[in-house]
Amino acid sequence: MRSETIEVQGHIIDSLILPRVLDEILSHEGTFEILDVDIGQRRQDPSRARIRVMAPDDEHLESILTAVRTHGAEVPGEGDVQLAPAPCDGVFPEGFYVTTNYPARIRCQGRWIEVEHPRMDCGLRVDPEAGRAETAKFGQVRAGDCFVIGGRGVHVMPPARGRERNVFEFMSSDVSSEKPKRAIIREIAGQMRQARAEGKKILLVGGPAIVHTGAVPAVVALIEAGYVDRLFAGNALAVHDIEYALLGTSLGVSLENALASEEGHEHHIRAINAIRRAGGIRQAVESGLLRSGIMHACIRHGVEMVLAGSIRDDGPLPEVITDTLAAQKRMLALTDNTGVALMVATALHSIATGNLLPVTTRIVCVDINQAVITKLADRGSFQTVGLVTDVGLFFEELLTHLREPQ
Amino acid sequence: MTRVLLCPPDYYGVEYEINPWMHREQPADLPRARAQWREFRRILAEEAGAEVEEMPPRPGLPDLVFTANAGLAIGNVFVASRFRFAQRQREEPHFQEWFAERGYEIVRLPPDLYFEGEGDAFPVGEDLFAGYHFRSDIRSHRAVAEVFGLHALSLHLADARFYHLDTCFAPLDERTVAYHPPAFDDYGCRVIRARFQDCIEVNEADALRFGCNASVIGRHVVLNAGCDSLNRALEERGFVAHPVDVSEFMKAGGATKCMTLLLR
Repeated sequence: MRSETIEVQGHIIDSLILPRVLDEILSHEGTFEILDVDIGQRRQDPSRARIRVMAPDDEHLESILTAVRTHGAEVPGEGDVQLAPAPCDGVFPEGFYVTTNYPARIRCQGRWIEVEHPRMDCGLRVDPEAGRAETAKFGQVRAGDCFVIGGRGVHVMPPARGRERNVFEFMSSDVSSEKPKRAIIREIAGQMRQARAEGKKILLVGGPAIVHTGAVPAVVALIEAGYVDRLFAGNALAVHDIEYALLGTSLGVSLENALASEEGHEHHIRAINAIRRAGGIRQAVESGLLRSGIMHACIRHGVEMVLAGSIRDDGPLPEVITDTLAAQKRMLALTDNTGVALMVATALHSIATGNLLPVTTRIVCVDINQAVITKLADRGSFQTVGLVTDVGLFFEELLTHLREPQ
Repeated sequence: MTRVLLCPPDYYGVEYEINPWMHREQPADLPRARAQWREFRRILAEEAGAEVEEMPPRPGLPDLVFTANAGLAIGNVFVASRFRFAQRQREEPHFQEWFAERGYEIVRLPPDLYFEGEGDAFPVGEDLFAGYHFRSDIRSHRAVAEVFGLHALSLHLADARFYHLDTCFAPLDERTVAYHPPAFDDYGCRVIRARFQDCIEVNEADALRFGCNASVIGRHVVLNAGCDSLNRALEERGFVAHPVDVSEFMKAGGATKCMTLLLR
């Protein structure tokens, strides 16, 4: 059993604030004991009640405290966050606070400080001197850094859930293949235009099915029109894109007639070898070896890329970062100021990126498999609008809407 | 005579989204908005008999037209708002300047006490009805009530569409109120019914036209056009309803009351 003493002050009797607070405690499976109540003598005098709240465990207690704070209850003596130093590199101090992807602020030395780079599953690193607070992942923890411990003094600010007529609000709860896709894609195009107008970045996270389904020309057109600022992918997207650019196939299948080519299974290995021989994708573009495709367009148009490797990669291509933590660090650096993230046909890279984005970034997840989208939302990226569809058709439709005159 | 503060909508627009009504893809028609505002101002002054003061609009502050959120002014004391959203915090110095120039004593609340002025606070007799949750912090109610020696009755707002108290609650006189019950929780409804003898329950259709967001000038009630049931209820009780089309301002989640600050 855990307990905490709270205080409620003001005109709490006539406003029914006191019974409302007690009601919140009970409805969150807690119990209470009223320690004392001072009722104001005259009508305009405030009253004050001290209440001991009891809950079965920390989690229940925290949810009760969050609920009653809305109604003005305070934990006496509550104020600044508690800080503790990290014991060594890559390890948070005992009892560290774990972040959500919502915007948050902390109270430190009596001042409220906005948390920079809100993202989930991090610790909260505070520099009290500079008056700054930011999220940090394991890999960013250095021995002696100050981290918030416990939940005191942390104020998470969930965006008010309105009844907005916006696909990101009302479509997000359930994913289905039976949605009016054309209207949703039109809205996504609008969000992309808006992000660009506001100087925010558009991030594409893509899997190799983009190439297999013949969407390369549409993605290239998207890049050429300036709708992709950053690309996160693995080795495979790059390999098959380059295979297609050099040999006209994706995994040995011709994208022109959908037939398997003779010796086609060798194509992607030969493509990798050609790029390794050239020294990398950029060198291959500059030397004129690579003249088309997504990678070519990204190099030509200055799209910032992170190719993150995995255990099953062939090659990999020289640009692929094979150290997972180094790749994550690079992705972290490139998620700032993202307005819209398009996550297309990749489960792992989508979830990895979703973990880095604040809840304020619009996420569009497109996959032929409904489970991928559900997985992403289940991991806390609630701001996701999901589309169960063929990615080739998605990009064609998106491009059509982006080309519509305004 | 009732004095009110208005601000012409010269730079009005839906430039960001901080309530469920605002959608940048549904921009305001500025010439139409200006015409609607001029007609609203005319009705307020000529038909309702209010003495209208105007403050200068400022470029880059599209919501400055919603003067109700400036703060709460009673006598020569002005409690300045602390807006929850950064987009509107930029309005604070302009409102304070206007009141300071006219000799008001300016009261600033601590920075972490969000308070959005008459949007969330109505003095009724010795009581201060005040809304909280979406914008104002309940702890601000106590601070504001103390400044004016009032008795705070805090009402929890339960529906994001009615994000300010003045979007769902309109005290008409000491004994009469118009309110939209589903915008409150049960406690709030009980507090309201306990305080007013005559409670007009505004139906959903009229509430969604922001019928409760009405400028009350004595027995005159200036409100958005089309709130037919509410108009009838008002007339039955001897109030004079003045419907005026403010649809352009509804695109930003505001109607007549949002554009009116009473100088009590």
